[in-house]
Amino acid sequence: MNTQVRKLFFVLVGLFVALIVMTTYWLWKAPDLEARQGNPQLIVQQLTIDRGSIVASDGRTPFARNQKVRKKQLGSTWYLRTYPTDELAARPVGYSTIERSRTGLEESMNDYLTGSNANLDTLFNNTLDKLRGITQRGNDVITTIDAKAQRTAQDALAGHCGGAVALDPKTGQVLVWASQPTYDPNLVEGHFNQIQRNAAGAPCTPAAPLLDRISQGLFIPGSTFKVVTATAALESGKVTPSTTFDDPGYCIEYGKKVLNFADQSGPEVFGTVTFAEALENSINAVFCEVGKRFGARAIIDQAKKFGFYEKPPIQLPSDEISVSGLYQNGHLYDPKDPNAVDPGRLAFGQERLLVTPLQMALVAAAVANDGTIMQPTLVDRVVDPDGKVIQRSEPDTWKQPMKPQTAAELTAMMTAVVQGGTGVAAQIPGVQVAGKTGTAETGRTGENDTWFIAFAPAENPQVAVAVALSNQSGTGGATAAPIAKEIIEALLR
Amino acid sequence: MTLRNRELVNLLLVGLLTAAGFTAVYIARQDVVSAGSLSYAAFFLAVFVAAHVILRFALPTADPFLLPLGGLLTAVGLTMIYRIDPDLALRQGLWVVVGLAAFALLVAFLRDYRLLDRYKYILGLTAIFLLALPAVPGLGRTINGANLWVGVGGLVFQPGEFAKVLLVIFLAGYLRDNREMLSMGTGRFGMPSLKHFGPLLVIWGGAMLVLFQTNDLGGGLLYFSIFLAMLWVATARWQYVVVGLGLFAAGAYALYHVTPHVRERVSIWLDCSWTFSSACPVYDQGYQLAQSIYAISGGGFFGQGLGRGVLLTAEGNTYIPYLETDFIYAGIAQELGLAGAAGLVLVYVVFCYRGFKIALQASDGFSKLLAVGLTAAIGIQAFIIMGGVSGLIPLTGITLPFVSYGGSSVVANFAILALLLMISDRVNRERS
Repeated sequence: MNTQVRKLFFVLVGLFVALIVMTTYWLWKAPDLEARQGNPQLIVQQLTIDRGSIVASDGRTPFARNQKVRKKQLGSTWYLRTYPTDELAARPVGYSTIERSRTGLEESMNDYLTGSNANLDTLFNNTLDKLRGITQRGNDVITTIDAKAQRTAQDALAGHCGGAVALDPKTGQVLVWASQPTYDPNLVEGHFNQIQRNAAGAPCTPAAPLLDRISQGLFIPGSTFKVVTATAALESGKVTPSTTFDDPGYCIEYGKKVLNFADQSGPEVFGTVTFAEALENSINAVFCEVGKRFGARAIIDQAKKFGFYEKPPIQLPSDEISVSGLYQNGHLYDPKDPNAVDPGRLAFGQERLLVTPLQMALVAAAVANDGTIMQPTLVDRVVDPDGKVIQRSEPDTWKQPMKPQTAAELTAMMTAVVQGGTGVAAQIPGVQVAGKTGTAETGRTGENDTWFIAFAPAENPQVAVAVALSNQSGTGGATAAPIAKEIIEALLR
Repeated sequence: MTLRNRELVNLLLVGLLTAAGFTAVYIARQDVVSAGSLSYAAFFLAVFVAAHVILRFALPTADPFLLPLGGLLTAVGLTMIYRIDPDLALRQGLWVVVGLAAFALLVAFLRDYRLLDRYKYILGLTAIFLLALPAVPGLGRTINGANLWVGVGGLVFQPGEFAKVLLVIFLAGYLRDNREMLSMGTGRFGMPSLKHFGPLLVIWGGAMLVLFQTNDLGGGLLYFSIFLAMLWVATARWQYVVVGLGLFAAGAYALYHVTPHVRERVSIWLDCSWTFSSACPVYDQGYQLAQSIYAISGGGFFGQGLGRGVLLTAEGNTYIPYLETDFIYAGIAQELGLAGAAGLVLVYVVFCYRGFKIALQASDGFSKLLAVGLTAAIGIQAFIIMGGVSGLIPLTGITLPFVSYGGSSVVANFAILALLLMISDRVNRERS
């Protein structure tokens, strides 16, 4: 019998080894399981971490910080999120909750905020803290958002559906990131339905208060896209600002007349104009001719040099960033055959173009920064609990869509737009503003997408801005330009 | 060092470990846990030292490791239960006292365990009677889909735990008597005659029938495995194992088609194990197993630390239903990590090693088979429930020996421990 007893022992040992293998297998699967619905592990563990704050660029105004809650039954302290500035920086900060997970910077910077970033120093300290039973503390994220200008922008946008974004064209630092209708992130946990009710008065349906209209919202660019077309034309060397065009008030495409923008007296007619004057007065007929001359391919290629057809590299969750470009049936559309696209309408920003305010701000920034787009950033630095900077964002080139010479020419043309063209509403005493208006037709009267993209001061740009509004009956010059002006003033002050 | 002194040293080490465990829980959960509850650890040590003193007098040459191993497992369980609910730990502590009292009574009054051999048929029938008890109207209580509890007044107990011990005693006696005949075999397939095999099948069939009636799949699997293990050791014929496994597979297949309860358990297992597909019904019947697997995977290599794991909701309930009984392994993996879980499994391996060693050294067949059966009962039961809560095999509800919360289980396991020590003492006395 002893042989069998020995064998039985080894059978049992075999079974126990299988058990350990299975247990180890679940450890290996942990990253996959953590994301599963109903798994409290990660969420509850992170609640015991003293999550870092998200702060304005002044390093003081907190957009998001923690509230200590002692859970008697658990015998432990939980850190719940609170947003002292309410809706002010709901975008891009986002929220971090138990019920609805996370969005915005709260999601994309989560590793830093919880101190689980792959920084050896942080990991080492956290392991020590864990062993000593000390609460794990996360790192603070200092954003580039200017709290005062952000307030100005949110107030200026109030009552509209739209977004405004401003950045420093030389560094790519985002200074203002405003979106309306907005929401109070403090309501997300427990009062989620209240958010929809609060946004019910917004002049757009659905109100979509949670939508980040800067990086996610898609608008028709209208005449602001003429800056892209003008870049393509000037870069070719075949057109200069002083090249003359004849404007009959319309442009003929596929045997049909495409009319200029119409006021009460009917479509405007300018006669013989220079290319600079065509931009200043936003003459569709001229840009339609330019589009036909250069073709859709050239314009799309130029747009790609500006970053269209890809997600701008900014610190937001990938699913909160939309791609700018031509769209067909709700999908991004990059035509193989350029003849499938109407070049004339494309040239003045109609066709099937859809863009984000962020992308158009980057177009303005390119002109402002001698033809170079810096990588946009929402985060200035990450600071550990001891005050040591563990990450600082350095200016980095993203795109170079044009030569400095072209940028200088465009700066002059866009300055004229504000001085005597469609953008006079953005004039600021003592500051040269360069800009471009846009009034995009959606096919429904009184529901235009209106725009203003600009930068200032024109001779030494410090701010590039884009404002987009939907469901407007007025023009971009009348609706969006004054908002852009307010933001620029707030930032240059 | 004498055997008993070695045992005392081992017990003191276990006592130190228990104190450390309780202190760790206390530090992590000061808000909920009173300082007075720390005395549970001291009380626990005192009870085991008392058992040790009894062994010094009654069984001086018994194995010096089994009592400390049982103590270690009990300590791990008590610490974990203490972490979940201090009041529950106090009650478990009282059950440990009852268990050790039963242990002492067995050691003191059953001077020669071989007497049991004489009463094997009575014990076998008692086992079946005990198994059938929960099916008696008015007595049985159904908990978590299985009706294997019996309530008398305010006291609820699980007769199956005791039936397990009695069945092992019956099998040891019966197989010793008939092993020659059973292992010889006649006929074409080398099967023994019905005359020798019959009574075994009858007792066995009765036990299985009662088990299916009570929906206690874990018990069924456990008893069948013990039976096959003992039959194989007694006869050295692998044909029995093959036929037995075949029978079991056929029975399981039939059961799968007849009982929705079983079908559900199997489909949950298929959905949750290995792939952990999204079909693993997180919010429905699979919730229990899914939460168990989350807890195990979240434990990492060294665990979240005693009292620091994610086991309780904000309301103070456990995320895993029945965490303190069937699912305690998941709690251990969560707070002590893979290291702790592997350590626990290793303790069972060492326990089996000591138990089987007694069987190897025993001179008579009854002692040998009894030691094998009792040891296998602990080892197999531990595997079935730990395999179940980790998704290795379909989940069936039984307790983790010595560790899980539960009075019947604690008392029955201490009875097993007493019997093993009695065999060991006899073996060692004969050898010296």
